[in-house]
Amino acid sequence: MAIVIKVNGSTHSVDVDGDTPLLWVLRDVLGMTGTKFGCGMALCGACTVHVDGVATRSCITPVDSVGTSQITTIEAIGATPAGGKIQKAWLDREVVQCGYCQSGQIMSATALLASNPHPTDSDIDNAMSGNICRCGTYVRVREAIKQAAQS
Amino acid sequence: MTLSDSTDHARTNQSKTAIALSRRRFLRAAAAAGGGLMLSLELPFAGRAAAAADAASFVPNAFIRIGSDGQIVLTMPYVEMGQGTYTSIPMLIAEELEVDLSKVRLEHAPPDEKRYGNPLLGGLQATGNSNAIRASWQPLRQAGASARTMLIAAAAQRWNVDPASCRAERGEVMHAPTGRRATYGELADDAAKMPVPDKVALKRPDEFKLIGKPAKRLDTPAKVNGTAEYGIDVRPAGVKIATLAQSPVFGGRVKNVDDTAAKAVNGVRQIVRLDDAVAVVADHMGAAKKGLAALVIEWDDGPHAKLNTKDILDQLEHATLNPGVVAETIGDVSSAMAKARTKVEATYQVPFLAHATMEPMNCTVHVRKDGCEIWVGTQVLARAQAAAAKTAGLPLDKVVAHNHLIGGGFGRRLEVDGVIRAVQIAQHVEGPVKVVWTREEDIQHDMYRPYWFDRFSAGLDDKGMPVAWSHRFGGSSIIARWAPPFFKNGLDSDTTEGAIDLVYGLPSKLVDYVRVEPPGIPTAFWRSVGPSHNVFVVESFMDELAAAAKQDPVAYRLALLDKSPRAKAVLALAAEKAGWGRPLPERVGRGVSLQSVFASYVAQVAEVEVSKDGLVRVRRVVCAVDCGTAVNPDTIQAQIQSAVIFGITAALYGQITLKDGRVEQSNFHDYQMLRINEAPAIEVHIVQSSEPPGGMGECGTSAIVPAVANAIFAATGKRLRKMPIDSAALKQPA
Repeated sequence: MAIVIKVNGSTHSVDVDGDTPLLWVLRDVLGMTGTKFGCGMALCGACTVHVDGVATRSCITPVDSVGTSQITTIEAIGATPAGGKIQKAWLDREVVQCGYCQSGQIMSATALLASNPHPTDSDIDNAMSGNICRCGTYVRVREAIKQAAQS
Repeated sequence: MTLSDSTDHARTNQSKTAIALSRRRFLRAAAAAGGGLMLSLELPFAGRAAAAADAASFVPNAFIRIGSDGQIVLTMPYVEMGQGTYTSIPMLIAEELEVDLSKVRLEHAPPDEKRYGNPLLGGLQATGNSNAIRASWQPLRQAGASARTMLIAAAAQRWNVDPASCRAERGEVMHAPTGRRATYGELADDAAKMPVPDKVALKRPDEFKLIGKPAKRLDTPAKVNGTAEYGIDVRPAGVKIATLAQSPVFGGRVKNVDDTAAKAVNGVRQIVRLDDAVAVVADHMGAAKKGLAALVIEWDDGPHAKLNTKDILDQLEHATLNPGVVAETIGDVSSAMAKARTKVEATYQVPFLAHATMEPMNCTVHVRKDGCEIWVGTQVLARAQAAAAKTAGLPLDKVVAHNHLIGGGFGRRLEVDGVIRAVQIAQHVEGPVKVVWTREEDIQHDMYRPYWFDRFSAGLDDKGMPVAWSHRFGGSSIIARWAPPFFKNGLDSDTTEGAIDLVYGLPSKLVDYVRVEPPGIPTAFWRSVGPSHNVFVVESFMDELAAAAKQDPVAYRLALLDKSPRAKAVLALAAEKAGWGRPLPERVGRGVSLQSVFASYVAQVAEVEVSKDGLVRVRRVVCAVDCGTAVNPDTIQAQIQSAVIFGITAALYGQITLKDGRVEQSNFHDYQMLRINEAPAIEVHIVQSSEPPGGMGECGTSAIVPAVANAIFAATGKRLRKMPIDSAALKQPA
């Protein structure tokens, strides 16, 4: 059964079971590998995308649950005002190490900033504590979000 | 861990390397294919360093090409896994060559152990043990200076002037008296014909333009927009995706598989049954995982079916009742102990730990009749290639190995079990197949940081100072499996690093090691390797001695450091910056640690708060680092921040346990990671130094665990001799 989804402004028809997690449709069917697999249980946040602007763990989101909502991934987030600011701050503050979790970190941070232009430390904790970074870049993630909020 | 000789310590090793270098010619020049100057370097392999410097023995293992377009390409055997190597190493060349950092590009070397073996890893092509900068420091600067000298010589000849009247700056040679200038690109062809200088003068530290100044990482932009390609991202045309179930007990076998339901899953193409694993091959990972869940597998659990962690602990406890192989001895411990005023004894233990890299294990393989291609992110490319060749039954030259960015290494990707597994599966599949492990497989089939058991005793004099120090420990030697020639006479340099050659002046000392390989669970290197265990136990026990002597832990250590000024300086600096001694609220405490491992000196002060329920929160960490010359200070700060978080995760949450032969943990709910809301403020203070650089990727991890445990003691009076932290033991009595 073909399922139609809208990703980064384009419409795609995919032939997978409706309960297939969106993550695998993006990565393996559409070839958009910027969104990462980390745990498969919404525990680490590496797979975070936006569904109508809301940070969403794609590894547990069935593709048929998305409907006509707009999906935005790391590949296109730089085109949004908040996404561009976050990416710039990430580079300015040298946040990244191995980088594998950073797609998810950036997607969560962008959703935070888009909905809350001046987040407090506690807002940052709430929005970002679902994203694990094994390289431990947390100190700089926090600094970069604050910098982006000021820009 | 330095694999040169089992008795060598990193510090002595480094000076030997430098001496070997100065004695012999290590550099050749030639015209580059396609134009320009090609410099071939011979980095000093340990074991080969003593070889005569005759022409026949010259085997270059690093290459610098200065193209006619002025672009400089450095081919090196190290991989980038977030530690900043792809930025710091080009800085060494750019500094002496007088070019902007942006002009130097680092390319990963193809698999070839003969050429690209890491000198400090005994000639093995590997990125690990915090040594990329240590091994490159001298030779790459000398190569840069030699190339600059040859470019100047080429310009001087062209202009018919004295080379001494020319100078190099920003990728150009200039002749000030006449105002003539030429770019390196224009001079590269001629420079290739110039003799390689016998001797070059390296810059003094006060002349550095790049080294010591924060540099922007070169690998970062692709990592913020989703375009960076990790091993798990490769998609050769027609690739299928496979996931797998391996025997839940190490050493078990597949007895029976019912794959009826799995084959019926939409998108599943094939079930591959191996001796000890079953894989589901599908169009995408969603279908593969669904197929895996639908498989009914009956296992023969094999000899370890009843193995529990307690069995391994019992074995270690028992084995360490008898003496081991002496790793270090100073004075006469028994007579010093007999004369001591007070005796302090303690046992310690640390658990198995998984790596849990954010990128789960994966490897893509295409097996053809006459060859094989693999795509993988690995710390050991040549080993991966060799493992693939052996598994596929192919000659080495029929295996093409592509290396990719690594989504976390921490030692996990020094192993090639994932490559072997992927090739075994791919042999049954038409076309390329990407084998991706679920997180559960990744945690339950890791190769683990060993379980260690330690027995300490110390004798203190009238003033409470140590006069005898005895430390015996038992556990697995990873070197003995991973690089057998470097396990000599029952010892290796990784297992003992951090336990021997301590910074403290101890009048009598005995350290012995009992090798105990645990049954039914494989062991491997884990960030901060040997010191991950040794520094925790040594620094915890040192804290116990201070407490027994009723002395301040910092003052007590300082009193033992007269022969180690660099250690003394970092300890004093960390204490000062942390406000050591200033009053703290109830159930908040400061703890200190001090170490010299990976040729760097680190002192840390952790400030922790223990709730009434026994929950530990690390509030602040102050770290003082003397890593010799700080090549890229921003990367050093980042590595310490990273390593501290890695170590706190282990201290608070990290343990892998076995029940009936099975790893009990499976995903991030029961193998927890520190999260941003738990992360402390981390301050890094770098000591200015012109000593050769030390390693930086790992030392923050070994240092933080004892600092946290000692802080808990300060906050609660409870000494934790077993990791991870047991909150129940820290509950405040009602």
